[in-house]
Amino acid sequence: MAKHTLSVLVENHAGVLSRVAGLFSRRGFNIDSLAVGVTENPDISRMTIVVDGDEHIVEQVSKQLNKIIDVIKIKQLSESDSVRRELALVKVNATATTRAEIIQIVEIFRAKIIDVSKTTLTIETSGDLEKLDALLDMLAQFGIKEIVRTGVIAVERGNKLISE
Amino acid sequence: MRMTGAQAIIKSLEKENVNTIFGYPGAAICPFYDALLESDIKHILTRCEQGAAHAASGYSRITNRTGVCVTTSGPGATNLITGIATAYMDSIPMVAITGQVRSDLIGRDVFQEADITGATAPFCKHNYLVKDAKNIPRIIKEAFHIASTGRPGPVLVDIPIDLQQEEFDFVYPKTVDIRGYKPNYKGNMMQISKIAKAIENAKCPVICAGGGVLSANATKELAALAQKCQIPVATTLMGIGAIAYDHDLYLGMLGSHGVYAANYATNHADLLLIIGARVGDRAMGGASKIARTARIIHIDIDPAEIGKNVDASIPLVGDAGLILSDLVNITQKGKTEEWIATLTKIKDDHITRKTDAKGKEGYINPRRLLSMLSEIAEGNTVFTTEVGQNQIWAANHLRIKNPRSFITSGGMGTMGYGLPAAVGVKIGSPDSTVIAISGDGSFQMCMQELGTIKQNNLGVKIVILNNSRLGMVRELQESKFHKRYSQVNLETNPDFVKLACAYGFKGERISSDGEVIGALHKMLADDEPYLLECIVDPEEPTLLTNTR
Repeated sequence: MAKHTLSVLVENHAGVLSRVAGLFSRRGFNIDSLAVGVTENPDISRMTIVVDGDEHIVEQVSKQLNKIIDVIKIKQLSESDSVRRELALVKVNATATTRAEIIQIVEIFRAKIIDVSKTTLTIETSGDLEKLDALLDMLAQFGIKEIVRTGVIAVERGNKLISE
Repeated sequence: MRMTGAQAIIKSLEKENVNTIFGYPGAAICPFYDALLESDIKHILTRCEQGAAHAASGYSRITNRTGVCVTTSGPGATNLITGIATAYMDSIPMVAITGQVRSDLIGRDVFQEADITGATAPFCKHNYLVKDAKNIPRIIKEAFHIASTGRPGPVLVDIPIDLQQEEFDFVYPKTVDIRGYKPNYKGNMMQISKIAKAIENAKCPVICAGGGVLSANATKELAALAQKCQIPVATTLMGIGAIAYDHDLYLGMLGSHGVYAANYATNHADLLLIIGARVGDRAMGGASKIARTARIIHIDIDPAEIGKNVDASIPLVGDAGLILSDLVNITQKGKTEEWIATLTKIKDDHITRKTDAKGKEGYINPRRLLSMLSEIAEGNTVFTTEVGQNQIWAANHLRIKNPRSFITSGGMGTMGYGLPAAVGVKIGSPDSTVIAISGDGSFQMCMQELGTIKQNNLGVKIVILNNSRLGMVRELQESKFHKRYSQVNLETNPDFVKLACAYGFKGERISSDGEVIGALHKMLADDEPYLLECIVDPEEPTLLTNTR
C-alpha cells in the first residue's frame, strides 16, 4: 500500500498526542511513523504522520483528524513537492579490524560517528528513507546492535507555508 | 468578582442559561454541591450516574438545549461513560462535569481516582482536565460552544477538588475562539445547484432523513422540499419525527427493521438524498449496492461522515436547515408521479397486511397496543423507548407527528436509556405527556430511576412490554442460531406492578387485547407516575417475515 505524509498542526497541550494516536487505533488506521515537536509558535506543535493506505483511507484519516478540536490544520505533503528527512542513530559492532572500513562507509554516506567503544561505533545519520536504508544495508555485515529512528519529518518545498 | 472554583462552575453554568442539571454527588465534587445550595439551578438527583447522563440527553432532545450532568470522580465518572457514548453516537449536545481527586495526587491511584478524560476520549466530542482554576470559566464556555455547535455531541470537563476550592477573580469570556474548531454551516452554492438539477432530472428520487434533520431543526424545510418537488421520504430510526407520520409522502422507517415501502424505495431509487444521516449499517447496510444504480447525494454537517460508509456523487457539507431552504428556493419539481403512485400502493398494501395480525389468547399484541396508544395519546405526547423489540415495535407502530417526540438510543442501542431519558424529557417539558416504552429486560437496566420519578413527582407513564425474555436476542437466536436459546430467559422477573407500588406509583397489569383501551385511558387520566405492564407472547417477533 502507498505511504502518505500528513503534516498536522496541533495545540501544544498535554493529551493531544494520545488523542491523535487513539484515533488511529480506534478507527483501524495504520501509522508508519509519527514525529512531533514544537513549532516556531510555542503554543503549536507539528506532527508528521506517515500513513499506510489508499486514497480513501487517507481522506478518512484527514477528516477524522480534523474533528479533533486540538487539531488546527492538516496538509498532505506530496513526495515531489516536499523535502523529507529522518534521523537515525545506529550502534554497530566494530573491532580493531573492521573499524576503519566502517568509518569509510560512514564518510561516503556523509554520516557521523558520535560515540565509540572498544567493541562498537555509534553512527548518526540523517536523510531520506532511501539513503538510510542504503546505509543500514552496508552496515548490516558488521552486525547492527541497535537502531533508533525519529520517524520522517517533512516540509513543503519553496516559499509555501502550512499556515497559509 | 472573587470566588472559588466551585462557585465559578455554577456561575459559568448560569451564564450559559442552564437552569436544570442532573447528577449525583460524591467526595470529589463536594465543593460544587456546596456552592449549588446558593444557586437557583435546579438539580435532579438520579439513582445512578448513568441515569444522570441519559436524563441530560432526554432533556436536551426535548428542549433543544445542552443537557448537563454532574458526578464525582472514579466510579461516578465511569458510570457516566455509557451515557456519554450514547449521546456521542446520536449527536446529542451535553456537558458532563466530573469531580477529580486533588491535582497533586493525580496519577497515584488514590481513592476514587479514574482517568476519565482518557477513558472518554473515544466517546466525546472533546474533553478537558482543568489544571488551573482560573481557566474554569473559559473551559466551560468552550465546552458549551463545542457541545452545541457543528455536529452536536458531549463534552466532558474534569475538575480536581483543590481547584474547586481555590479562589480567583471570576471573569466570563464573551466570545469563544478555538482555532481548530470552526464548523461550516452554509452549503456550497454550486453543489446546491447541482443537487437541484439532479432532483429535477430524477424519476425515482427518495429522501432519507436522519437525526441531523431534527438536530438542525430543519423539519419544516424538509417537508417543504418533499412537498414542492414531490419526493417521498423515508427516515432512519433517529430521523423518526423529521416528517409527520401521516404526511402523504412519508414511507416509514428504513433499514433492517424498517418497513417494506421505505426499503423498496431506497433500493429502487435513481436518486437517494441522504440528509443528516450517517448511513449506519442498520439503516443502510446495502448502501454501496444502492450506489451502483442510484446517484447519491449526501448532506451532512460533519465532513467526516461524507464518504465514510458510502461514496456520494454529490457531497455537501453544511447545516440541513440552511441547505434545504436554499434547495426549496431553486429546485423545480421533476416527473415523479408514477414513482409516487407505485410507492403509495406498496405502502397501502403493507399497512393492510400489518393490521391483520392478531395476538394469541392471554397475550397483548404489542403492535396493536402501540397503535392504539398513539391514537389515544395523540397531541402533545413524547415517547421514549428502551432498546430491543420494544424499540422496533415502537419505531414502526407509534404515530409520531411532531419533531423531537420520539426519543430513542439509535446508534449505541443502549438498553436502560428510555426510563432515565423520560425523566429528562418530563423535566424539560412538564406539559407534555411522557410515555416510556420498555421491555422487561431493558426496564431493569435503569429501573432504580423510578425513585427519581417519584421524588420529583414526575407524571412519567411507563409501558412495559413483558415477554419475560430478552426478546430481541431471542429472536436473533431463533433466526440465526437454529433456535438455540442461550441466556435470554427472564422468568423470575419481579412483579412490576408491585414494584411500582413500592415506589408509590399506580399501576396495572393486562394480558388480553380487550383490556387495552380501558387500561390506556386509565393510565393517561392524570399527570401522575404510572406503570402499565403488558404481557406479551415470547414468540412475538419484530420481523414478521421471519415467521410467516
